[in-house]
Amino acid sequence: MNPKYRLYYPRWYRKRIPIFWWLQKRSHAAFMGRELTAVFVAYAAIMLMVLVLAMDRGQAAFAEMMDWLGTPAVVVAHVLVLCILLFHTITWLNLAPMAIVVKLGDRKVPAAAVLIGHYAAWVACTGVVAWLLIWR
Amino acid sequence: MAETLTKPETVTLEVFRYRPELESEPTFDSFEVPYHPEWMILDALNYIKDDLDGSLSYRWACRMGVCGSCGMLANGQPVLTCATYLESLLPGPIRIEPLEGFPVIRDLVGDIGDFMGKLSEVKAWLIRDEEKPVEEGEYLQTPSQLDDYKQYSMCINCMLCYSACPIYRLEPEFIGPAAIALAQRYNMDSRDEGAEQRMDVLSQHHGIWDCTLVGECTEVCPKNVDPAGAIQRYKVSATLDYFKSLLMPGSSS
Repeated sequence: MNPKYRLYYPRWYRKRIPIFWWLQKRSHAAFMGRELTAVFVAYAAIMLMVLVLAMDRGQAAFAEMMDWLGTPAVVVAHVLVLCILLFHTITWLNLAPMAIVVKLGDRKVPAAAVLIGHYAAWVACTGVVAWLLIWR
Repeated sequence: MAETLTKPETVTLEVFRYRPELESEPTFDSFEVPYHPEWMILDALNYIKDDLDGSLSYRWACRMGVCGSCGMLANGQPVLTCATYLESLLPGPIRIEPLEGFPVIRDLVGDIGDFMGKLSEVKAWLIRDEEKPVEEGEYLQTPSQLDDYKQYSMCINCMLCYSACPIYRLEPEFIGPAAIALAQRYNMDSRDEGAEQRMDVLSQHHGIWDCTLVGECTEVCPKNVDPAGAIQRYKVSATLDYFKSLLMPGSSS
């Protein structure tokens, strides 16, 4: 480097990043909001484990858990969580064509086909789980 | 019609100034420049430099969106100043600042040494295990093979993506969007054999895994390179390679 540039090196200006940097731009706030939905994904996973544990503790414990899950406040809260999980899932799946580029021979599979494939897999998985839980 | 009547005769530019020999904190200087509908921001800066204040420092070279030198923030948005009409930012004042994420040496000039080092780290050039003799001719490619990497080869190293990336601003160790996109440009080139050498740098925490897909890099890219897409594609292939190495130890990607 040219020594002339080095002369003031210790005094080069470095902008300080405020802790709420993500509130300065709408796109950053939207990004952080979407990231926050991951907390509810974790909540859903933990709730599933709690259900399995209740099942393991016997019929009475499981029935008590189901009673709690059936109370109006919990139902409303879980409907809200479901909406947040759907938002998280849909925004996640919509990014799939950006990350996955499939080639068949010399031809690129259109992004729409990759997207439809992901949604189809999601619907299929949901169908299998619903079949196990509801009809079986 | 009403729009043509309201065109101003002049436009105000608020330009970031930092002269380390004079001041410890940056300031903003206001300059009134003539408004011409065909002028880009760079034309206005050149007017300031030539006619109003010769001490203003900034980088520029080609004036046609190819060299990638004149990237700055215009009203907080990273742009190529040679490719952004003054008209698009009317009525003003238009605030011009250096790209974020790089230490400012003087006025609008940032230190890009970190980015240059990262380009070397990812080995953004063609790597061959063995070069074939010139007499054997060119390395041929089909249009489909060219298509695999062409988008990433459009990168002009303007660093707008680094300026837009909040991760890079928070964690300067992050290899960053352009360097990863350029690494992918060579990884996907059928003539290249250096993917494994680049993997050590790209697969580390400060490589692809630092990226949380804010997506701003792709938004601001003036050449539609889509660095965010390049990073996500590498995440998928690195993950597949990892599982492949678990299932088939000793196999190379």
